[in-house]
Amino acid sequence: MSEEIKKEEQFQSSYHAENFKRRSRYIAVFAGLALAFFAITVININSGNVHIPIPRIIQILFTKSGSVKEVNIIWKIRLPRILMAALLGGALSLSGFLLQTFFENPIAGPFVLGISSGAKMVVAMVTILMLGQMMTVSSYTMIIAAFLGSLMSVGFILAVSRRISNMAALLVAGIMIGYICSAVTDFIITFADDSDIANLHNWSQGSFSGMSWANVGIGGVTVLVTFALVMMLSKPIGAYQLGEHYAQSIGVNIKFFRVALIVLSSLLSATVTAFAGPISFVGIAVPFLIKNAFGTSKPLVIIPGTFVGGAVFCMFCDLIARLAFAPLELNISTVTSIFGAPIVIFMMIRRRGGR
Amino acid sequence: MTSKSYLTMDNLSVGYNGKPLISDICIDIKKGEIVTLIGPNGAGKSTILKSITRQLQIIGGKVIFDQANLHSMSYKDLSTRMAVVLTERIKTELLTCHDIVASGRYPYTGRLGVLSREDEQKVDEALMAVHAIELGPRDFNAISDGQKQRILLARAICQEPEIIILDEPTSFLDIRYKLELLTILTRMAKKNGITVIMSLHEIDLAEKISDKIICVKGDHVAYYGTPEEIFEEETIRDLYGLDNGFFDPVFGSIELARPEGPVKTFVLSSGGTGIRVFRKLQKENRPFAAGILYRNDIDYELARLLASELVTEEPFLPLSDEAVSRAKDLICQCDEVICAGVEIRGINARLQELIDLARDQGKLVEM
Repeated sequence: MSEEIKKEEQFQSSYHAENFKRRSRYIAVFAGLALAFFAITVININSGNVHIPIPRIIQILFTKSGSVKEVNIIWKIRLPRILMAALLGGALSLSGFLLQTFFENPIAGPFVLGISSGAKMVVAMVTILMLGQMMTVSSYTMIIAAFLGSLMSVGFILAVSRRISNMAALLVAGIMIGYICSAVTDFIITFADDSDIANLHNWSQGSFSGMSWANVGIGGVTVLVTFALVMMLSKPIGAYQLGEHYAQSIGVNIKFFRVALIVLSSLLSATVTAFAGPISFVGIAVPFLIKNAFGTSKPLVIIPGTFVGGAVFCMFCDLIARLAFAPLELNISTVTSIFGAPIVIFMMIRRRGGR
Repeated sequence: MTSKSYLTMDNLSVGYNGKPLISDICIDIKKGEIVTLIGPNGAGKSTILKSITRQLQIIGGKVIFDQANLHSMSYKDLSTRMAVVLTERIKTELLTCHDIVASGRYPYTGRLGVLSREDEQKVDEALMAVHAIELGPRDFNAISDGQKQRILLARAICQEPEIIILDEPTSFLDIRYKLELLTILTRMAKKNGITVIMSLHEIDLAEKISDKIICVKGDHVAYYGTPEEIFEEETIRDLYGLDNGFFDPVFGSIELARPEGPVKTFVLSSGGTGIRVFRKLQKENRPFAAGILYRNDIDYELARLLASELVTEEPFLPLSDEAVSRAKDLICQCDEVICAGVEIRGINARLQELIDLARDQGKLVEM
């Protein structure tokens, strides 16, 4: 009996040490992310085709005074672009995390499942239709169109998943719908007016360039509100990680929860697509890196972690897109693929090996 | 323990996609009872359990749980009263066993699901109850199936339910943890008044642990009652359609079918010395005769099932002429007489005649 107690005490101390270690790790990773966020922001503001020294940047940021050209570069071009890269990167990664939870599959993501492409297709259609009628396309219209396109793809994926429970088949279905939507988009663009094409073509390849403060306002509100809603869902998301039946048995209203998860993840990826076009691999790579950095998949930690991680990742990729072959600019997807795809491949190899 | 009914299945029909698989289930369960579903594979044990846990929609009838209709309760209300251990495997990523067990506290935690000090304590207690405290910090994916099963039970325990439903909880467990799990369940039922409903494949264990047994066969509940009522050889034979073995209700053990063919071996034994020999012969697929066994001898219970020919005698009487001469006939037919050890004294003195006969014929093998 006394041995039992001794064992128990030993355990208690080791266990609490374990708990302490975990919390310290969370704090350390969050601190690291914050630092990276800060650093990449500074570098991003500081670099570009036009060189502006740091003291002048600080002056411009806080007083908005200086040469008109430099003020415009900082305030009208670089800042909105950086903020948008951060917001949309976070949104995209979070959307990936939600879809992975929903499909219980770590390589699910808005791009792989064809959700981004669905959004792209509907946005392209709406844009060309409205431009044809000489109307301007507002950000709201773009988001709504992208959202409808996302839901269309998700609906298709869900219909498939009802018939086939095989995850590989599901991913193939997602990739196929992605190709179909991209083909339709290309088809539409081919028959559009020349003036529309330039814009659409640029956008359909994915880019953070040309963001305005109006974009930041609308995108920011949409993304942050959705983020807050996702945070509120972190408890049922945690329960859902054990599978829907266990989740239901501990009191989760599964039907409502599933709908909420799909709507929120579609809204997040739709916002991204509406403003920056389809961006690949971020939704898979970032949640994977973040989960491993924190050593857990607890939503309460991972949701904010993924958001910040995605922001850092996209700001970093955007920096490279801007600078690598300046003054030429790369598509954002080109850069995210270069960094994201190897991570996904590594992830799949490790998963196989671990079995 | 009250004698009131606690969970009632009233004319319940269960099945998939609106098609009933099992109909007219009428069962009354009292608080603190251990009720076990047994029956052949695919008989629908899981279907019944899944209907009670509301994973499946019921097709007809209703389930009354503590005077309320189970299927009109909210999931939230039910979650503090009913816990489940399912057969489905859970795929987790980077979650510790502690995290899994802590999910049982879900109904009691706040909006963000942060554990209070009390919750933490409940998790520890649950881990201790299943003797798995050292598993707490380990990754759930990295432990064995048997350990997973214990963690899932701990998860159900810390949900503090009134009723716990387990679908084949003993699969993947070795004999030690099987016994341990069943001991934990018994303790929960008898000490804390928690009602346990589960399905088991091990009918021998079901007999020993359950207050009530539900036998599910094909499209109906074939039998429902106490183990004493259910565990007759005939019932079990009928339930599982056994034609290749026996269920021994006295010891609750399962025996393979007796070997077929001409009898070439005779076994002399008493007081348990024959059991090993019987089993060995059966394993070697050699049909045998046994005798002369008193009907209160422990060897008799097994010989009854395994021996092709059996010579018996009424307890406490001297061996009769009839029995002795039948045994002698059998010995003459056999090639070999195995004497597993008999104590010859008083009323069974005439066994010596059999031994002498066997020795004279050069057939005696002493063990």
